[in-house]
Amino acid sequence: MKRRSFRICCRRRSVVETKTLFQKIKHRNESYIFVVLLALCLLIEIRSGQFFSPNNLVDIASALIVPGLFAIGAFLVIVSGGIDVSFPALASLSVYATTKFLLNIDYQGGVWLPILIALAIGALLGAFNGLFIGYFKLPALIVTLGSSSVFKGIMQGALNSKQLTVIPPGMRQWGTSALFIARNPVSGLTSRMPFAFLAFLAVLVLVHVMLRYTMFGRGIYAIGGSEVSAHRAGFNVIRTKFIMYVMVGMIASLAGVIRVCMMQQAHPTNMLGMEMNIIAGVVLGGTAIVGGRGTLLGCMLGTLLIVIVENSLILLGVPTSWKSVFTGALIIIGTGVSAYQVALANSPRRTKTKIWKAA
Amino acid sequence: MMEQKIKQSVFRFGNLYAKDRHLWRLIFFIVGWMIFMAITRFDKFYTLLNFQTMAAQFPEFGLMSLGVMLCMITGGIDLSVVGTANLTSILMAYLLISRTNSAGAIPGHLIPLVFLFALCIGAVLGIFNGLLISKMHIPPILATLGSGELFTGICMAMTNGNAVSKFSRRYAQTINNRVFDLIPVQLIFFIIMALIIWFFLSRTVFGTKLYMLGTSATAAKFSGLKIDTLLIKTYMISGICAAFGGMIMLANYNSARADYGTVYTLQCVLIVVLGGVSPTGGKGKISGVVLAIILLRMLETGLNRFPAISSYYISLIWGSVLILVMVLNYFTENNKSRRRHPR
Repeated sequence: MKRRSFRICCRRRSVVETKTLFQKIKHRNESYIFVVLLALCLLIEIRSGQFFSPNNLVDIASALIVPGLFAIGAFLVIVSGGIDVSFPALASLSVYATTKFLLNIDYQGGVWLPILIALAIGALLGAFNGLFIGYFKLPALIVTLGSSSVFKGIMQGALNSKQLTVIPPGMRQWGTSALFIARNPVSGLTSRMPFAFLAFLAVLVLVHVMLRYTMFGRGIYAIGGSEVSAHRAGFNVIRTKFIMYVMVGMIASLAGVIRVCMMQQAHPTNMLGMEMNIIAGVVLGGTAIVGGRGTLLGCMLGTLLIVIVENSLILLGVPTSWKSVFTGALIIIGTGVSAYQVALANSPRRTKTKIWKAA
Repeated sequence: MMEQKIKQSVFRFGNLYAKDRHLWRLIFFIVGWMIFMAITRFDKFYTLLNFQTMAAQFPEFGLMSLGVMLCMITGGIDLSVVGTANLTSILMAYLLISRTNSAGAIPGHLIPLVFLFALCIGAVLGIFNGLLISKMHIPPILATLGSGELFTGICMAMTNGNAVSKFSRRYAQTINNRVFDLIPVQLIFFIIMALIIWFFLSRTVFGTKLYMLGTSATAAKFSGLKIDTLLIKTYMISGICAAFGGMIMLANYNSARADYGTVYTLQCVLIVVLGGVSPTGGKGKISGVVLAIILLRMLETGLNRFPAISSYYISLIWGSVLILVMVLNYFTENNKSRRRHPR
């Protein structure tokens, strides 16, 4: 699969050698979103003069960790042609169960055990999704809607969840310890870059390598493009989907652990309701909602855009009550532009360009 | 061949059942639950007041579900229903406040007028969705997600997140009335809207076109259907339904707020899917959706009769019922050719 697409790629490249670098960039969705991102950053910088201050950048980076991890999971699912609305509930449940268990046994050790337990629970819950989506071939939207309801029910009903204001010392320490500390020279405010950022980067690199260089990763794209074709090409569609949902469950749980560690408390419901903005960020980055197309870079840029809009509007002097207006407008305009691009590319006159783009 | 036939005849143990299995399964669920309630909590569940309360509660999200159903039949989805409902109810609350005189009363003709305005606002918001989807080719799930966020944002910006109340109580009293001291007004609104949509779906060309569009957009396009107009109309009706739901919410809470009913978004989708509407479009009946609404309301009210059980279990039960129904459908319809993920 990989080799074939590589060959097509080479052939096309020789055909379109006359295209300049600029034209290549022009056809990438990522470049549009990058321009928008840059424009927004510059606008905030001009208005407030505080955007490019070290502590603000570190703040944004640490605000990106949890949505970024969620976005990686949502990205995988969307590329495979599904959609996942259960990851906040999944993450909440696994991290809440982990924290409660560790508090009950009065755990004093490091952060590795909590992460491992949460990953295991996440894998189990992800397998629940994967079982119904992969083996029973049910539509992903329905299954994840149902499972998110089930997870919420288990968490709030069976575990009788309340806010845990104390978390095990190992997790607390991990959440507060800093990679480095950025200081704003003007205001003197400092921001910590949490260790969790490394975990985020590691997941990002791993998923990138997996999507790019392994048969499994190419299979996710192939299934998203056309399930039947993927099957005919020899991919084990069911197994690929199942493993993918297990992975997504693990990534979401990791995000949950990181969030609890950073917030220093386990709140059962405050992650719920994030799913739609995360999905919007992924799609803003040029991932096709029907699957099969999209890059991790675009996904991260889209998520970053949403995070910046949510966190930095206050620097623009916009009251926080206007946040949703901007997020909504951003989603509509962003997806509108990329949908318009797709419509243009699909029109008969531009077929050549489309093939070139596909390569 | 013969063996297969026998298998099939065993499988379909009643012609009626085979005709619409999904519908019957929902009825079995409801009847089963009612029997369970009759055995365990007869005197607390089977009271007139309890049924009246249920009938007054479900129309607010029931109406929204009807709109979502129409969109889902075309193969789309409407996630902006709650945003539409809240925006409408906040605007109408402001209108009512401005018309409330110092004695705390409003003129009698205002209430129908307010409803008319509300439906117009709902229609405009729905048309906005429809334009995004048909003219700008944004996938419905994203367009309505964005517009829902936008509408909620406008509500937040207008109210700063506070509740809008202090309008005449007469509005809430009128809507919370019971006709002949028996039937809640909300239920009548719901029945009227359900009948209108049933009429649209099964007795007009519009309905047939919707199913056709949902089954195959390409085929519909090449058959000469005006897809853009059709989509705009569908989302307009969905907007109207949502606005209607919003007006009932305004009456039930006697106030309007930007974050009322945020759980309804996914709940509506859940109801519609549970009602047998295919999320890929082209399939689904209003009877199924109405049954699903009733089932969910009964489950929730019934569970509240058990004080020992946390009410949070309801979401566990909803999710399980949804997945269970889908798995049952999978096993019974496995022999048919199933098409998934249409482009």
